[in-house]
Amino acid sequence: MNEAVALLPGYLAWHVLLSAGALVLGLAISLPLAVLASRSPRLRWPLLAFAGLIQTIPSLALLALFFPVLLALSSASNALFGKGFSALGFLPSLLALTLYSMLPTLRTTVTGILGVDPAVREAADGVGMTPRQKLWRVELPLALPVIMAGVRTATVWTIGAATLSTPVGQTSLGNYIFAGLQTENWIFVLFGCAASAGLAIAADQLLGLMEAGAAHSDRRLVIAGAAGLLAGVALALLPLAATGKPASYTIGAKNFSEQYILAELMAARLEADGAHVARKEDLGSAVAYRALAAGEIDAYVDYSGTLWANILNRQDNPGRQAVLTGLTTELMARDGVVVLGSLGFENAYAFAMRRDRAAALGVTSLADLARLSPRLKLGSDIEFLSRPEWKNVDAAYGFSFARETSYQPTFMYRGLASGDVDVISAFSSDGRIAANDLVVLTDPRGALPPYDAVILISPKRAADARLLKALKPLVGAVSVEAMRTANYSVDRDEGKLSPAAAAVELARTLDQH
Amino acid sequence: MAGTAIAFDDVSKRFGGHAALSGVSLTIASGEFVALVGASGSGKTTLLKTINRLVAPDSGTVTLGGVDVAAGPAPEIRRKIGYVFQEIGLFPHLTVAENIGVTPGLLGWPVERIAARVSELLDLVSLPAAVAARRPAALSGGQRQRVGVARALAAEPALLLMDEPFGALDPITREALGADVRALHDRLGLTTVMVTHDMAEAVLLADRIIVLDAGAVIADGAPVDLVRTATDPRIRALIDAPRRQAARLAERLGGGA
Repeated sequence: MNEAVALLPGYLAWHVLLSAGALVLGLAISLPLAVLASRSPRLRWPLLAFAGLIQTIPSLALLALFFPVLLALSSASNALFGKGFSALGFLPSLLALTLYSMLPTLRTTVTGILGVDPAVREAADGVGMTPRQKLWRVELPLALPVIMAGVRTATVWTIGAATLSTPVGQTSLGNYIFAGLQTENWIFVLFGCAASAGLAIAADQLLGLMEAGAAHSDRRLVIAGAAGLLAGVALALLPLAATGKPASYTIGAKNFSEQYILAELMAARLEADGAHVARKEDLGSAVAYRALAAGEIDAYVDYSGTLWANILNRQDNPGRQAVLTGLTTELMARDGVVVLGSLGFENAYAFAMRRDRAAALGVTSLADLARLSPRLKLGSDIEFLSRPEWKNVDAAYGFSFARETSYQPTFMYRGLASGDVDVISAFSSDGRIAANDLVVLTDPRGALPPYDAVILISPKRAADARLLKALKPLVGAVSVEAMRTANYSVDRDEGKLSPAAAAVELARTLDQH
Repeated sequence: MAGTAIAFDDVSKRFGGHAALSGVSLTIASGEFVALVGASGSGKTTLLKTINRLVAPDSGTVTLGGVDVAAGPAPEIRRKIGYVFQEIGLFPHLTVAENIGVTPGLLGWPVERIAARVSELLDLVSLPAAVAARRPAALSGGQRQRVGVARALAAEPALLLMDEPFGALDPITREALGADVRALHDRLGLTTVMVTHDMAEAVLLADRIIVLDAGAVIADGAPVDLVRTATDPRIRALIDAPRRQAARLAERLGGGA
């Protein structure tokens, strides 16, 4: 809890900056558009349909979609003007949330203006108002309650959806939720939800105060509401102004415990050297590599098999060392990305079963599993079934499971323990394999590719002596047992450590070698 | 009477397939109180609205004091003409004083002059000064239309247009307000054009009655001439209905009682 509170100023500041920015931008665009749409039936239908369409795209997908678009724009701008911009984090989040915030205001403003009594509208013409005067003095004031309802809806939506900017690399209150879900830190999840809901309620109530003031021509209420909003935003943004110093290094992490721990491990070594380090956590698997190649992050840990199949699009499996060597030369040649080296352990895909269940069925290898698969149920993480690794292993053994279900990793282990599934796609460095007494099935046909954890360095830091000096000692230093212990200390239900604390423990065991 | 205030020259207007006005030519002299009478759909409101360009004719011209109303921006012309709406059309979000002061405000009058004019007008339309700070919703129907008349007169127009101004009022209020408007017309030397479907009201208030049917003028004259000489059954129907009503009223109440 104390840990969560300590992180609040930074998370809240970014969350407020992002939501307020998106709302102001969204209003600045949607209000004039709504006025135009209320004047022109031909514009009205397509505009409202488009805004409605945006709303049906799941907000997480909308946020993720902006990343490749901005990346392409950034490289185009780099080619044209010699200056790119950050395609990760704030910008895609801001743009997606802006689009997302537009529909409610667009729709209610059009409805509100069209709902003004035609007799009053004619009276405005009759007393000699110009169309602009009619809009400002009659139509907008009369539509205001309806417009404000839309603004308040947009505010609540945007503040809620802003939590989803965490996976595209933008710090927000969503950091609590995503990190908490991964490490089963329910206090974090609840804290994140409560903070975001509290923020939404506060903003909504202050807007409600302004609305009530406008309805009763009570200027004091309007000013009080506006002042409350401005003061709230200014107060929330204070930590950003105080820590305005840009970080000199940015370490990335994907969205699971091992990644958080390794990012903290790398960050701690840089910080021990006096460097400023920012973390960008919870990056999607595809986002992370592209962000590194574009220089948005300076270093992160990925896995040889993942890079081999997803980045180099290779289907073959020439063996552990050949994959590592191939990656080192090809990533450098293609993207200028440095493969600094393997940390010394593998986090491979593995199929795991409960020991009693495996013994009862007589299953020790994937070949045994394939034979019995029509009677068995497979649980997997959310990506696995759509990954090339699964296609390879499926082609090699010919599985036909009775049922295949995708879970968040946490719930996948629960499903295995409760017997909802018989076998799961586990990770070989997961501490829960040893802790839950699971057996890992052997792969006699060598269909699962190697997954050495490797440190990747961005092209622009390829020759950065400080970074290389800090991270080089980690190469070959982390055993799979040490990593399992560290992972388990974060993932276990009782007495769990934060990723940073687990990284400190891990560093201590490394120093003993 | 000093010259021509309004001249219609062959004014036509169609709404879809329906001819609202077909070739209307008329002149109205300064200082006249004219009633435009006719059944629903006869084109009387459309004709009124061509004067302040709330309706633009398809062909023909409307001139005010010799100047084509189609010249120049419509809001400028409208600010010089008082207009009383059928549905009153007060701005619900503004106070009575703000409603009355709206056109002077658009004309850029100084605040003190507007305030003085508002209290003068409240007096003129027989409303207590206390209503100035109220919203229209807090007034009775008759008070609201008095505010409507005050708003129309606020910028000191020479021309007052009224579209069924008393239609929504109860008979007592209607009679009182009608008489007050006629008195204001005389006192301020206005030219007034009033649309009504009620021939009795037209006879009681107007100097001149123009009867429209299907977008054309079918009668035009002083009330007394019209009542005496008209033979057209459409005009007689308009005149005879209130007369029959008055006669039946007298009969049921026992003659001269």
